[in-house]
Amino acid sequence: MSARDWLLDESPNSRMQANAGRFYRMGLALLRNPLAVLGALIILLLIATAVFAPWIAPESPVGQMLDRRLLPPSSANWMGTDELGRDIFSRVVYGARITLMIVALVAIIAAPLGLIIGAVAGYFGGWVDKLLMGFTDIFLSMPKLILALAFVAALGPGIENAIIAIAITAWPAYARIARAETITFRSSEFISAVKLVGASDARIIGLHVVPLCMSSMIVRVTLDMAGIILTAAGLGFLGLGAQPPLPEWGAMISRGRVFILDQWWVATMPGFAIILVSLGFCFLGDGLRDVLDPKQAGKS
Amino acid sequence: MPIDFRSRDGILRFVRVLTGFALTIALTFLGLLAITFFIGRVVPIDPVLAVVGDRATQEQYDAMKIAMGLDRPLILQFVSYVGDVIQGDLGRSVSTNRLVAEDLARVFPATLEMATIGIIIGVGLGVPMGVTAAANQGTWLDQGIRVLALLGYSVPAFWLGLVGLALFYASLGWVSGPGRVDIFYDGVVDPVTGLLLVDSILARDWEVFRNALSHLVLPAAILGFFSLAYIARMTRSFMLDQLGQEYITTARVKGVSEWRVIWVHAFAPIRVPLITVIGLSYAGLLEGSVMIETVFSWPGIGNYLTVALLNADMNAVLGATLIIGAVFIGINKTSDVLYRVLDPRST
Repeated sequence: MSARDWLLDESPNSRMQANAGRFYRMGLALLRNPLAVLGALIILLLIATAVFAPWIAPESPVGQMLDRRLLPPSSANWMGTDELGRDIFSRVVYGARITLMIVALVAIIAAPLGLIIGAVAGYFGGWVDKLLMGFTDIFLSMPKLILALAFVAALGPGIENAIIAIAITAWPAYARIARAETITFRSSEFISAVKLVGASDARIIGLHVVPLCMSSMIVRVTLDMAGIILTAAGLGFLGLGAQPPLPEWGAMISRGRVFILDQWWVATMPGFAIILVSLGFCFLGDGLRDVLDPKQAGKS
Repeated sequence: MPIDFRSRDGILRFVRVLTGFALTIALTFLGLLAITFFIGRVVPIDPVLAVVGDRATQEQYDAMKIAMGLDRPLILQFVSYVGDVIQGDLGRSVSTNRLVAEDLARVFPATLEMATIGIIIGVGLGVPMGVTAAANQGTWLDQGIRVLALLGYSVPAFWLGLVGLALFYASLGWVSGPGRVDIFYDGVVDPVTGLLLVDSILARDWEVFRNALSHLVLPAAILGFFSLAYIARMTRSFMLDQLGQEYITTARVKGVSEWRVIWVHAFAPIRVPLITVIGLSYAGLLEGSVMIETVFSWPGIGNYLTVALLNADMNAVLGATLIIGAVFIGINKTSDVLYRVLDPRST
C-alpha cells in the first residue's frame, strides 16, 4: 500500500490516519487553486525572509553611511538608500520579522480570546449569551482603526502597545463566528453523549466545542491578516507603532514621505512589501475558505 | 413575515421592532461612551497635574482634584461625563485652545465632502464591476476584478496617497496638491454649508469650484477605490446567488435578453442588501479618511485626530473618537433598520 492509498483510505484504522487523510485532501484541494498556492508561497517567503534575515540582507538594517544618502536603486543597493545612507532592501528584509511578529502576536491574543467568549456564549445560551454577545456587539460596531488609535494614544506609542490595541479591536469578530458555530451543534447527540458520561462544561467546551470551531476560525484569521498588517503599518506611519530605528514598513514609509517628490524609492519600496504580504494572506484566505468552509465558498 | 401597516397588530409589531432598535442603539452609544471614558482614565498623563503644573503644592493639587470632580467614585464621574457629552461639552483642546465641540463642527464638513464624493465613485464603479464579474464568472474578466478588489484590501491607504501625489500632482500635474484649496482662494467664498463645492456653487464662483475640485479629486478617488473593492466583492457574491436561481433560467428560456436578465431580473432583488453594504462602506470611509487626510493635509476630522494624537491632546482625541464612532454607529444601525423595513422577509 502506497502512502497515497494509506492517506486516501475510505475506512481509516486510527484517528491519526483519518486526520492525516483529511489534511492531505485539503492540501490537494488547495493545490488546485492557483491563487491560493501563490498566497501560500508568498507567506512561506515572508517566513523564510524573517528567519534568514541576517543571511539574506546584504547589510545591517541600522548601519548608517552618511556619505551615500538617498541614492537611487542600483546593483549595489537594490532598493536605494534612505536619508541616513542605510540600505533600504536590508531594512525591508528585517522588517519582515516585525510584520510576522505583529500578525502572529495579534492572532495569538485575539483568536483564543474571541474563541472562548464565543464558545461559552453559544454553549450556555440564555443570559450568559445575551451578556457576552451584547458586549461583543458593542465592540463590533466601533470603528476599528479609530479605536486602536485611541487606545495607543492612551497606552503610549510603541510596538507592544500597537499590538495590544489591534488585538483589542480584533477579537469581537472571532467571538461572533465561534458562537454561530457552537449554536449549530450545541444540542447535537455527541454533546449530549459526552454530558451523559459526566464531562464538565469546561471539558466539553475545551475538547469538543473549540476543535469544531477551528476551521472557520483559521479561515477568518487568515482573511483578517491583511487588515491587521495595514492597521499596524498605519500606526507605524502615524508614529504611534514601531519606533525608529526599527525597520517597520509603515514607519519607513513615514520617513520617506518628505522625499516622495524627488527620492520616490524611500517611501515606495516598503509599500510594495506590505502589498505583497497582504495580498498573499488574502489569496490564501480565499482559497482556505473554499476548502474549509464550503458553505461560504465563492461569497464575498 | 412582512409588516402589514394596514392592521393594528402590524403597526404594533413595527413599533416593537423600532423600540428594540432604539434600545440597542442607545446601549451601543453608551458602550462607546464607556470606552472613551475608560481610555480617558487609563491615560498615563495625570489630568490634574496637566492643569496645576508639576510645581504645585500637595494642597493645591488636592484642591484642583476636588474642583475637577476626580475624587468622586468612577461611576459618578462616568454619569457626569455622559451628561456633559449629551449637552455637547467635550472639553477644551489644549493645542487649539478652543472648545473641542466647536473644532469638530468646523472640520467635519471637509471630511463629509471627501467621503461623499468617495462613496459616489465607489458605488458608481463598484456595482457595475461586481455585476460584470458575476455575469462573466470564471473568466479572466472575473479574475481581474477579483484581484483588483483584493488589492483594495492589501494596499495601505497612506501609501497609495503618497504615490498618487508623486505621480498625478508632482510628475503629471493633473491635479492640485495637498490641502483643500489653494491659499490664494482660501476664504474667498462664504462658508454656508461648510462643503466647499456646494458653497462655491452657491456663490457662483467657478474658479474656486474648479480649484477645490482639483484638490478633492485625488483623495476622494483613493477613498473611492477602497469602498469600490468591498462593494464590487459583495455585489458579485449577491449576483451569483441570484443568477443560480431557477427564475433566471425561466427568464432565459422565455427569451429575455441577457442584458435584461442581469440588470432587471437578477439585479432587482439585490438592491436591498446592497443598501446595507453601501451604508457600511460609507461609514468605513469616514474611518479611512483618517489616513488619507493625514497624507493630503486635508483639514478634516481625521487630520484633526492625528494632530491631536501627536500632541497628546486627549480631550480632542476622545472628542474626535466619539464623533467618528457615533457617526459610524449611526450609519451602521440606520442601514440595518432600512434593510429590515425594505426587505419584507426579515423581522
